[in-house]
Amino acid sequence: MKRKKLLFAATIAAALVTGGIIYAADHIDTPAVTNQTTDITDVYVFRAQDPNNLVFVANTQGLTIPGNTAALKFDENTVLEFNIDKTGDNKEDLVIQCKYSADGNKMQIYGPVAPSETGTRSKLEGSVTAEVAVTAYGSAAATGTGGSGIKVFAGPRDDPFFFDLDRYKAILAGTAPGFATPGNDTFKGTNVLSVVVEVPKSLIAATGAINVWLETKKKI
Amino acid sequence: MKQIKIFGLLLGAVIIASSCDKDDDMPAATVYYEQQDQMARPAINTVFVTAAGDKDAFNTTPPSAQGAAFQSKFQTRLLALNAGYTTNALGQTAAQLTGLLATDVLGVSTTGPTTFFDGVAANTLSGRKLDDDVIDVELLLIFGGPTGASNPGLTKDNVNANDKAFSASFPYLATPW
Repeated sequence: MKRKKLLFAATIAAALVTGGIIYAADHIDTPAVTNQTTDITDVYVFRAQDPNNLVFVANTQGLTIPGNTAALKFDENTVLEFNIDKTGDNKEDLVIQCKYSADGNKMQIYGPVAPSETGTRSKLEGSVTAEVAVTAYGSAAATGTGGSGIKVFAGPRDDPFFFDLDRYKAILAGTAPGFATPGNDTFKGTNVLSVVVEVPKSLIAATGAINVWLETKKKI
Repeated sequence: MKQIKIFGLLLGAVIIASSCDKDDDMPAATVYYEQQDQMARPAINTVFVTAAGDKDAFNTTPPSAQGAAFQSKFQTRLLALNAGYTTNALGQTAAQLTGLLATDVLGVSTTGPTTFFDGVAANTLSGRKLDDDVIDVELLLIFGGPTGASNPGLTKDNVNANDKAFSASFPYLATPW
């Protein structure tokens, strides 16, 4: 009984804290979807350990404390979509879509594939090119490998973002003259829900630079 | 009573109809997904979009239309953050910097190193690595003036690395706390 009460109090406190926090990288930015499965925290794109591959990282649901991390869940009605522009017109020529399936608790990857339409509305394109069982909190990372060499991971990770966001807010509010030395990482000790997709560059088939952005889309 | 019977009949009809559907090779209705959030370069919406309605609008405007819709608002915001802005370390005017940032896409090299900024000019904005100190780069471009020496208290946050080491191999990100 006492434990239940404590747990309840802790949950309320956590809700108050996360509800009041202003997120960064992309967290401060989504009044419509704050703290939902479609709320992006960060996107990273970089050359893989194998220089013939590129890595695409999508992080969501930021500032999750360790005590709440086991409860983080992907959503069957959400698609995480990496958009790739190869021609410089900022319109997607290829998409890599990440779609959770509760059947088997898997993250499934579609693409890279040319989408049948561009813009804010999407449907799943083509067929699954790689999939992986979602890694549970505290378990070793599972890697799925598709036939075309695509690798995928899905599950909770440490938030790789670092920034003294609290001090930045104080500066904007006029209560601090500048940054502190040393600064204090507002994101230290917190987790995100990640999807990591490693793709052979040959499947993107671009020459030189591409433009990439991440979208989250909800079933309509 | 009668109602229940009718309901039962209807239910039966529905079951038959749906089992018929199963036998047919009718394609399922296409499921569509509508955009709710997007991002590319870190903290752009966070820093440059101020009105709540604008934040959601920025998140649902395709990048190809963002520049026309948001560049002038970004410039107003830049000059509110730094009224003394002239140019930055890349030599960009306020219009040039905000013109670049308002179209929120991340340039990624498919042939060379990939980094937001690593001190080598040729590598600038060629991707985003996990350990890139992206905030310091953005602060420097916003507050640092043409030489990077202006507003020294505002051009770096003095948090220079993540709180956990990254892995050199897949999946690269550190285990959760």
